[in-house]
Amino acid sequence: MSTGTKLTGADIVLKALRDQGVDTIFGYPGGAVLPIYDALFQQNDIRHILVRHEQAAVHAAEGYARSTGKVGVVLVTSGPGATNAVTGLVDALMDNIPIVCLSGQVPTHLIGNDAFQECDTTGITRPATKHNYLVKDVNNLARTLHEAFYVAKHGRPGPVVVDIPKDVQFATGTYRSPGESQPKSYRPQVKPDLNRVEEAVELIASAKRPIFYVGGGVINAGPVASQLLTQFVRMTGYPCTTTLMGLGAFPASDPQWLGMLGMHGTYEANLAMHGCDVMITIGARFDDRVTGKLSAFSPGSKKIHVDIDPSNINKNVQVDIPIVGDAAYVLEDMIRIWKARAKRADQAALKLWWDQIAVWRARDCLRYEKTDQVIKPQYALERLRAALKGRDDVFISTEVGQHQMWAAQFLPFDKPNRWLTSGGLGTMGYGLPAAIGAQIGNPGALCIDVAGEASIQMNIQEMSTALQYRLPVKVFILNNQWMGMVRQWQELLHGSRYSNSYSEALPDFVKLADAFGGVGLRASRVSEVDDVIREMIETPRAVIVDMCVDPKENCFPMIPGGKAHNEILLGPADQPAQATPEEGMVLV
Amino acid sequence: MSPHDTIRRHTISILVDNEPGVLARVIGLFSGRGYNIESLTVAEVNEAETLSRITIVTSGTPMIVEQIKAQLDRLVPVHRVKDLTLDGPFIEREMALVKVAGTGEKRVEALRIADIFKARVLDATISSFVFEITGSGEDLNRFIDLMRQLGLVDISRTGAVAMSRGPAGL
Repeated sequence: MSTGTKLTGADIVLKALRDQGVDTIFGYPGGAVLPIYDALFQQNDIRHILVRHEQAAVHAAEGYARSTGKVGVVLVTSGPGATNAVTGLVDALMDNIPIVCLSGQVPTHLIGNDAFQECDTTGITRPATKHNYLVKDVNNLARTLHEAFYVAKHGRPGPVVVDIPKDVQFATGTYRSPGESQPKSYRPQVKPDLNRVEEAVELIASAKRPIFYVGGGVINAGPVASQLLTQFVRMTGYPCTTTLMGLGAFPASDPQWLGMLGMHGTYEANLAMHGCDVMITIGARFDDRVTGKLSAFSPGSKKIHVDIDPSNINKNVQVDIPIVGDAAYVLEDMIRIWKARAKRADQAALKLWWDQIAVWRARDCLRYEKTDQVIKPQYALERLRAALKGRDDVFISTEVGQHQMWAAQFLPFDKPNRWLTSGGLGTMGYGLPAAIGAQIGNPGALCIDVAGEASIQMNIQEMSTALQYRLPVKVFILNNQWMGMVRQWQELLHGSRYSNSYSEALPDFVKLADAFGGVGLRASRVSEVDDVIREMIETPRAVIVDMCVDPKENCFPMIPGGKAHNEILLGPADQPAQATPEEGMVLV
Repeated sequence: MSPHDTIRRHTISILVDNEPGVLARVIGLFSGRGYNIESLTVAEVNEAETLSRITIVTSGTPMIVEQIKAQLDRLVPVHRVKDLTLDGPFIEREMALVKVAGTGEKRVEALRIADIFKARVLDATISSFVFEITGSGEDLNRFIDLMRQLGLVDISRTGAVAMSRGPAGL
């Protein structure tokens, strides 16, 4: 259809979605979006996935977006529909996931009158989104929707809300195509300043104890960025660590990978960060979970920081060479300049550095007590890893807590977009809807939500969604009967006073799976673990696995709050050198 | 104290789309991230392109001020952010309306000081004046302090507006 076509607001919404290449949306109907739902009913191009709670709609769209690289689209009604979506929006904001969330609103003449199911959606979601819009004129609807997609995916990606009053959905207006709808002011810089890149390459080549510190920005820059990163890291021969969000940006099977860094990162990654002389930061943001005590963070290093968002630069840590740009462009330039100038790492220094890293690695920081008396959560994940070996079609999502950190430590990611976890906001209840979104985006793939028995209850209703759409998602619960991470902090920091962290009155997860129409499996003995994992993978339906693990196990290594990288604790016997200082206690 | 820790006052000009919510975005950014606002003024400056200019006076360490500017710049309706304090010489002006009530010698003195400060009388009664004064923030402070002793009743200040010197525009 050409420019200037007259359509109703609801039809404009659907046409704009189609023109943006959208074929799937996640949502929940209600009074203020009925016209859009009616238009959805009368077409076949866009598939609507009905969730059971609007928060899950956003998480599912996040799982879809992260696993496919497309924009995730959400449709919710006004008032509670919009407020329920807020947690998902902030989650997407913190983890930079491109989401467009359409919300219904009461008719324009009722806005501000405390109408039924009215809330100030743009007011509430202003700090919860990258940007938001209230469309009061149907003639601005198409342009606004296209701009929303542009903003969601360009620069540092994020969630965008478009609030559409019901009368605007009914009204007739002019459709504008994406090409006619460029935003006026938002033009993020993607190509770097070449002088800075040259400076960075010289510094990288002169390093004696270098490290690549890589975050989710590389994954957001697309699979090509991960390939370029891998190529560049291998060209230099330098060690590479990734953040929680960056898992998969560099192959976990590569010997140059030191594992994840940060609070529950590996000993070798954290000590290499502490002791390096040149830090090559790409698409990471020096989050407090990564840096530990800021004043003692990597004290002797020159720091290069590549980020698409200038506000990330010098936010927490002062860097020496800031480079604003898209990770893929920057890496391409780095490789080209490295080759053109025939750069080569200082091999003697690099050997000494790798020797030192080998000493740290030999501490085997992820070791745990092997026993046949009780299922250790790490053991369950090691067996899951073994069962997944050689498969290229596995997507792992998680909830939040100990199980999430163990999954990050024990499951290997050789490719980007395979690891879906709530890193920034730390949203319990993220994993199941995210797995559903990943499964929708990747039919036939194996989508597993590694969960805890507490987190999974926060969005357990989405089992019903999984069953409705015949999605064979797997919920792999490491059931230790505790909010494990809360209990771990209470044990370490609050004198083992376990205030409200015991998972009392748990449901029977096997029966629960059955009640939803799925398959429930349980392993309570070490000897049952492999069989349960095999059955889970082979069952072509939604499965809940109740893996009854050691209730006392804690997650190590751990850098306690307010401590530096070199004060990392390796296990329960490893007592902190001194009590956690008060300034560390107040950190979350 | 290193220069990194020195807290300094900065005057920042921001060109934004004049659309609903844009001021809330700017103010929300400051409150949400714990930045300080000393004053803020806003008005439409380009009707054809519906652009408004915001002048914010804030204070912070160099690292904080750099953050403030970067955070402002990434707001979608923001076109341009300029730190006048760092980008060369600039002019900063503020206007105030100052109401003073009194009789006799105090009333005469108020008028005499207003004359020295080049404040204009906008309203007069037998027992009061409303002065309009324009100048730097410090000029206004000094004038108001003097008026305090002469029967100050009410103050309304605009907050600073500012512009760089020389031919270049924002």
